[in-house]
Amino acid sequence: MDITRAKIRDLRKALDSKQISAAELCGEYFKNIEAGDGKVQSFITVTKEKALEMAENAQKRIDSGDVSPLTGIPLAIKDNICTDGIKTTCASKMLENFIPPYNATVIEKLNAEGYVLLGKTSMDEFAMGGSTQTSAFAKTKNPYDLERVPGGSSGGSAAAVSASFAPAALGSDTGGSIRQPASFCGVTGIKPTYGRVSRYGLVAFASSLDQIGPICSDARDCAVMLNAICAHDPHDATSSRQPVPDFTEKLGQSVSGMKIAMPKEFYSDDIDDEVKTHVMNAAKTLEAQGAKLVECSIPGLKYAIPAYYLIACAEAASNLSRFDGIKYGFRGEGRTFEELIRDSRSKGFGEEVKRRILLGNYALSSGYYDAYYKKALALKQQIIKEYNAVFDLADVILTPTAPTPAYKIGAQDNDPVKMYLADICTVTVNIASLPGISTTCGYTAEGLPVGMSVIGRRFDEQTILQCADAFEQTFAPTAPAKL
Amino acid sequence: MSAYFPTIGLETHAELSTNSKVFCTCSAEFGGTPNSRCCPVCSGLPGTLPVLNRKAVEYIIKAGYVMNCDISRFTKWDRKNYFYPDLPKAYQISQMPRPVCLAGKVKINVKGEEKEIRINRIHLEEDAGKLVHDDVNRISLADYNRCGVPLIEIVTEPDFHSADEVVAYLEKIMLLLQYAGICDCKMEQGSIRCDVNISIAPKGSNELGTRTELKNLNSLKAIAKAIEVEIERQEELLDNGERVIQQTRRFNEALGETTAMRSKEDAHDYRYFPDPDIPPIILTEEELDEIRSSIPELPEQRVARYVEQCGIKKQDADLIVSDKKICDFYEEAIQAYDNPKAVANYVTGELLRRKNLGEVDMDDLKFSGREFAQLVEFLQTDKISQSNAKAILGEMIANGGTPKDIADAQDLWIKEDSDLLAKTVDEIIANNPKAAEQYRSGDQKVFGFFMGQANKALKGLASPKAIQEYIKKKLSE
Repeated sequence: MDITRAKIRDLRKALDSKQISAAELCGEYFKNIEAGDGKVQSFITVTKEKALEMAENAQKRIDSGDVSPLTGIPLAIKDNICTDGIKTTCASKMLENFIPPYNATVIEKLNAEGYVLLGKTSMDEFAMGGSTQTSAFAKTKNPYDLERVPGGSSGGSAAAVSASFAPAALGSDTGGSIRQPASFCGVTGIKPTYGRVSRYGLVAFASSLDQIGPICSDARDCAVMLNAICAHDPHDATSSRQPVPDFTEKLGQSVSGMKIAMPKEFYSDDIDDEVKTHVMNAAKTLEAQGAKLVECSIPGLKYAIPAYYLIACAEAASNLSRFDGIKYGFRGEGRTFEELIRDSRSKGFGEEVKRRILLGNYALSSGYYDAYYKKALALKQQIIKEYNAVFDLADVILTPTAPTPAYKIGAQDNDPVKMYLADICTVTVNIASLPGISTTCGYTAEGLPVGMSVIGRRFDEQTILQCADAFEQTFAPTAPAKL
Repeated sequence: MSAYFPTIGLETHAELSTNSKVFCTCSAEFGGTPNSRCCPVCSGLPGTLPVLNRKAVEYIIKAGYVMNCDISRFTKWDRKNYFYPDLPKAYQISQMPRPVCLAGKVKINVKGEEKEIRINRIHLEEDAGKLVHDDVNRISLADYNRCGVPLIEIVTEPDFHSADEVVAYLEKIMLLLQYAGICDCKMEQGSIRCDVNISIAPKGSNELGTRTELKNLNSLKAIAKAIEVEIERQEELLDNGERVIQQTRRFNEALGETTAMRSKEDAHDYRYFPDPDIPPIILTEEELDEIRSSIPELPEQRVARYVEQCGIKKQDADLIVSDKKICDFYEEAIQAYDNPKAVANYVTGELLRRKNLGEVDMDDLKFSGREFAQLVEFLQTDKISQSNAKAILGEMIANGGTPKDIADAQDLWIKEDSDLLAKTVDEIIANNPKAAEQYRSGDQKVFGFFMGQANKALKGLASPKAIQEYIKKKLSE
């Protein structure tokens, strides 16, 4: 069976018709992983033994006809999502040997479906970054060009799906960490509305922005994954009680009459020409299907990066305080507990994480709080207002997912500010708690994927899935060469 | 007479008596094997999230009502960030700008004078764990059982000017918290703890002096003593032309002195900010009304009821109400035997007397209020004598059992045995002819002597009334 960019729904059919067993299916993926992941380095931990055990249990369910959409489907999970009994490192030396004694709620939900865990994927350390090069264990490469970054922070998940090491994966998105790597790796990733998916068991980066979501071959598979993981969770007070629809419901419906806004700030000179051209062409494709393109403006975009980094770093500084070498994780040395904590954190965290902790603590310090953190919260309100105004005129917003296609490894290493600015197209979606999906809309002359993002109203994942799917139906993606 | 005037404000932490912790479902009970009452949430494992226990919110609202506070309709939680090994998340979830309760007042009575203490705010937060230091092996161990136990912090305005006022206030709020079922107020277990902010200024001055904060105060006695010695220390400094330094000081009870812990310069910057994991809550009028109406009868109301409806002396009512355990025991007793005055007399006269002597431990009582009531009833209806009642109570305290069973077993009932009575009294009169003569010639005082002799000889086997009547009859012959 050829599993190159196989769809979950096709695997479902193959499993249910006994064309392949669950164990054979995950074996196929392990074959690809063993052949190619030495080069791509998308996994931190591969759980082969566990996978076979899970596949056998799934097979029993399939044989007895007790099948859920993900029964026997192999998946990769980002390594900041806690898995009971399986190392969850956040790609940090700090948690190198941390084995959680509990599952994240999303893992419980996938277990209930009978999924098969292939392994834990690499990421930027504690999800801080857009290149997966800050990972302490696996600096993932882009399957389309091994000299380029896969994006990040969910670069391992995106690369794994891109390289057909897994049909789908879970990532997390705080400022674009699902959508941007999906775009760099030529796959489809959705960040659901804040509150759609429980954050319980997701190691927190910025609690008010973090959201778990799937990275798949296409929007249809994303809908299947969302159906499995979205629900109110009593263990997460920020999880929403909004009714959860069937996310596949609007797939295949025509976009005729759908109003698609293209805020001019997202098409400025800061965006690579090739990227802009592909996204505009995609807009024309949708227009040809009857969608209406709407011009609009989100002037607050110019404040998005400072606002985002202030909020995210402030929350991160506090969230990451618990890694003190006292209870679990990396422990340094010291005669007093102050020394022990200082040494553990100095040696356990990488440079980017430390930079953000310092930035966040600075922003929260007495005397600076009003000037920085409070102002950032005001900007957040402003950005929400501007998005609301756009959604008065349009059903969805179409933007590039990133200003450039995947760049060369090391290209942005010495300029953190430049790296932060590269998040310009994605962060406002998190700031405004909106759902956003990135799908491939073309390839550059060099053969690198270009992603476009469809952003929707809060809790309206259905419409952005419908829109992304409508485009995908007209577009033939090219998988990277087999590794 | 001191030339200075002290000004004191209090921050009191009280652990709520909820069954479970404030942000997870672990038991909030005191003690337990170290780290047996904690879970991934309260021990701060990565990825875990707090979920607010609404019961704790209900309790702090009750605390607000009993201290006459304004209850915020919109309230939220903040993170207080600092590193310490007993704080597993390295931040404490607390409340900064939007506490549940604001602007209250508590009436106190110091040596007969009423005074009002203003409450600045009450907020809800989580307790930290405990460090256990092993000096022999030179290691420190962390016990997280207490992590996440719900805590309210009651902050007063600087309205106190003496240790007596502070003690009166603490006694008052402890009673209020106990009667409202908010906190058990066991200072020795740390379920209520108090920090004291204290400054002095020359008498007549309108400005406050530099304050110090006293910590590590484990009893009312220690608090009173610490305040006294700290006032003395500050007075001495000012008298010598020195300055008081703003600092936190620890009270050493053994040495009876306060020593510096840290100064203002070392103070933490807690970097408070709104906790993004806990959505703010909005309280509706219906919710608040429901909570308010669920507050049980408070101490002052109980005293009023005892005085007005039961006819008990104010002094006795105050005495009973001043100890919730005694008061609940009393309530149970008068439910069983509807003679509140007699029960009150026996509680204050006998039970409290023995408690003060250390004979009775209310936390480990072997009999119920209902059984106590039975004893009072037997006494009131002349079924047993005063002295035998005391003996029975002694037995109940020591080994438990009902008054009836004890009286049966030891044969302590009053028997209306006229032969025995006649024989005993006749003998006493015959043996004391002089006294009998005195009585007959009009000296009523000797009657008591005969009563005493008869009581002693009869050992409670006849009722005082029967003895009295028989002696009267006999001496009149």
